[in-house]
Amino acid sequence: MSETSKNSRRSFLKGAAAAGVGAVAAATTARAQGTPDPLITEVQPWATGLGDGVDATPYGLPIEYEADVVRRNVPWLTADPISSINFTPIHALDGTITPQGCAFERHHSGAIDLRKEDYRLMINGLVDQPLVFTYEDLERFARINRVFFCECAANTGMEWAGAQLNGAQFTHGMIHNMEYSGVPLRTLLEEAGVKPEGKWVYVEGADASSNGRSIPLEKALDDVLVAFKANGEALRKEHGYPVRLVVPGWEGNMWIKWLRRIEVMEGPVESREETSKYTDTLANGTSRKWTWVMDAKSIVTSPSPQAPIKHGPGPLVITGLAWSGRGAIKRVDVSKDGGKTWETARLANPGQPMALTRFYLDTSWDGKEMLLQARAMDETGYVQPTKKMLREVRGENSVYHNNCIQTWWVKETGEAENVEVS
Amino acid sequence: MSKYPNLLFAGTALFAFLANPVMADKLGLGRPALPEEIAAWNLDVSPDGTGLPVGSGSVEDGEMVFSDNCASCHGEFAEGVDNWPKLAGGKDTLDRKDPVKTVGSYWPYLSTTWDYVHRSMPFGAAQTMSADDTYAIVAYILYSNDLVEDDFVLSNENFLEVEMPNADGFIVDDRETAEAAFWGEPCMENCKESVEITMHASVLDVTPDTVDDAAPAEQPAAEEVAAAEPASSEPAAEPATEPAAEPAAEPAADIDPALIAAGEKVFKKCKACHQIGEGAENKVGPELNSVIGRTAGTVEGFKYSDPMIAAGEGGLVWTDATLAEFLANPRKSMKGTKMSFSGLKKEEDQKAIAAYLGSFSN
Repeated sequence: MSETSKNSRRSFLKGAAAAGVGAVAAATTARAQGTPDPLITEVQPWATGLGDGVDATPYGLPIEYEADVVRRNVPWLTADPISSINFTPIHALDGTITPQGCAFERHHSGAIDLRKEDYRLMINGLVDQPLVFTYEDLERFARINRVFFCECAANTGMEWAGAQLNGAQFTHGMIHNMEYSGVPLRTLLEEAGVKPEGKWVYVEGADASSNGRSIPLEKALDDVLVAFKANGEALRKEHGYPVRLVVPGWEGNMWIKWLRRIEVMEGPVESREETSKYTDTLANGTSRKWTWVMDAKSIVTSPSPQAPIKHGPGPLVITGLAWSGRGAIKRVDVSKDGGKTWETARLANPGQPMALTRFYLDTSWDGKEMLLQARAMDETGYVQPTKKMLREVRGENSVYHNNCIQTWWVKETGEAENVEVS
Repeated sequence: MSKYPNLLFAGTALFAFLANPVMADKLGLGRPALPEEIAAWNLDVSPDGTGLPVGSGSVEDGEMVFSDNCASCHGEFAEGVDNWPKLAGGKDTLDRKDPVKTVGSYWPYLSTTWDYVHRSMPFGAAQTMSADDTYAIVAYILYSNDLVEDDFVLSNENFLEVEMPNADGFIVDDRETAEAAFWGEPCMENCKESVEITMHASVLDVTPDTVDDAAPAEQPAAEEVAAAEPASSEPAAEPATEPAAEPAAEPAADIDPALIAAGEKVFKKCKACHQIGEGAENKVGPELNSVIGRTAGTVEGFKYSDPMIAAGEGGLVWTDATLAEFLANPRKSMKGTKMSFSGLKKEEDQKAIAAYLGSFSN
């Protein structure tokens, strides 16, 4: 809490939170017990003076008091911030939609400037007619709106070696969930006419990394979108402006940003990103490839290391997110004792296929330590496993696809820490 | 195991029927792609060699090209500098703890190497390698992995004859059978006899400080980094600082702001190796704060090439003019420089970059 604030009450609260929960609880109690709250009894500046005019902020940003709710990176992870990744502040968000401005970014050669006027999309390869589309062309196809999560295959990857990073943002923040507006890839492929020998599409970005992935035609024709809006507005530069691919339920690396080319092929290209990276080496040295689907997973976002309990015992909302690349989330269970006993949480809304689901456990905290866990189940009956179960099958050398149950040790002070349990 | 496909495709088919617009006919949108356009973009190379252009390159030539274009990050022997990717070594490590995954030990197809070098490298100057230079670089990488002899010449004709050691090391995703036990009814009560905390994240203490952004995270020990390396294509390395191109200094009053802005764009070509602005550090190249007016080869802590040090000792000071001369063709104007950059040919780019760099000079 480094900033100095003009708002003394906020400073006090923040300081108290940093100092420990007891102070906050005591302050609240003291006010309730007799001293009138000056925030109520005294006319405050905002209740007498004037606020900003409608011309002050043509495009609004979060109020300054939310300045800590931002993407963060882990500098030691990568050699360079240009080819790197950052993390969504999931500990501080609610609902399911991720605002674009704080949705995690991963690029391989930096986020590029590409104007709509300079945008071209080519479809070539095993098609009746290779085509070039402009941005305006894409807007003339019938489009649809869908909400999907995008998760990097490496999300939670740093936790394979043990409990490492203290915060849901860092352990589980390589994910976002947006409402996309775009044209089904199927529509564009049909416009070009796929030849019978076409079995795969290779999709490629316009940036210098030329990031490209091979996708089976069956998936390409099923639910893949060529998207140009997210959460109602143009894609942000860092999310692939003006056009990106949306590959529901599959690893984020396949969601090609700055999409420039779709080639219909007989076989996969076996590009760098689908051979040397995004493959999973097992204990015997053999590696799984084409592990596209993101397994069912969940995380308690609050309380968590970056979102401690600030109120003392009594009513407590435990909340988090669950998702599955195989379909809709059906159920989320929460354990307060490290997995000995479980109770079923309330889903804020029925799970939607390949989209984030918000869960709540509206409970009462006795002020004692908790070992908090969440466990997701999807509509195929898949149950989120423990890290031990994953290691038994996959060995100790995994990098990607860590969907294990996470444990937060919530202490009597309300602070929480990332731990591993037996 | 058919849980996934059945449900998924049955589910989405229904979805499509209910919500997707009907698209019976083609709309006639877009225009035919011209052969020249397809040729310009359709560069990918498949494992069977489809897409490889005619050409060749020797290990001997490759050593030179690699040294000029790749070695600053990947090392003269493809061994990797500062934890940038190792391209060689790692033989027989895949079934051990922390396997070393290189072109030789891990990559199943040679086409992947050729394709990636040709389209995506060098970092910061992608798509500048000719076909012959790419063959030469790939030949050198093979040599560095002891897969070919030093007189080897790689070409489109013998490309498929090269055997990759880990070609048979991959299986297709088998989670639905290998991990079938993950489907089922979960335990709700008395699921464990006892629960003990076995590891604390706070012990490792590698979480970035989210309260005070200015404090960089403590650098973890190298082996911890290796264990923690995520997905990221690029390897764990020293803690990086803030992104390089944040313009920190106020532009000098007498320099055209538009020129500085243009220079900032040109600087994108430099960012892969050089940092500038507040907190800039030496990376592959030296940090560039106050470079204008500085004697060449004098940034503390940066290991310059001998010719660069000699030039500084000989009195070379970076001015708009000397910088322009150097940047026009670095390796020609200073033989033996470590800077593997093809150069800024346009005079306007040279002026713009000088203005931009000058805006960070006192």
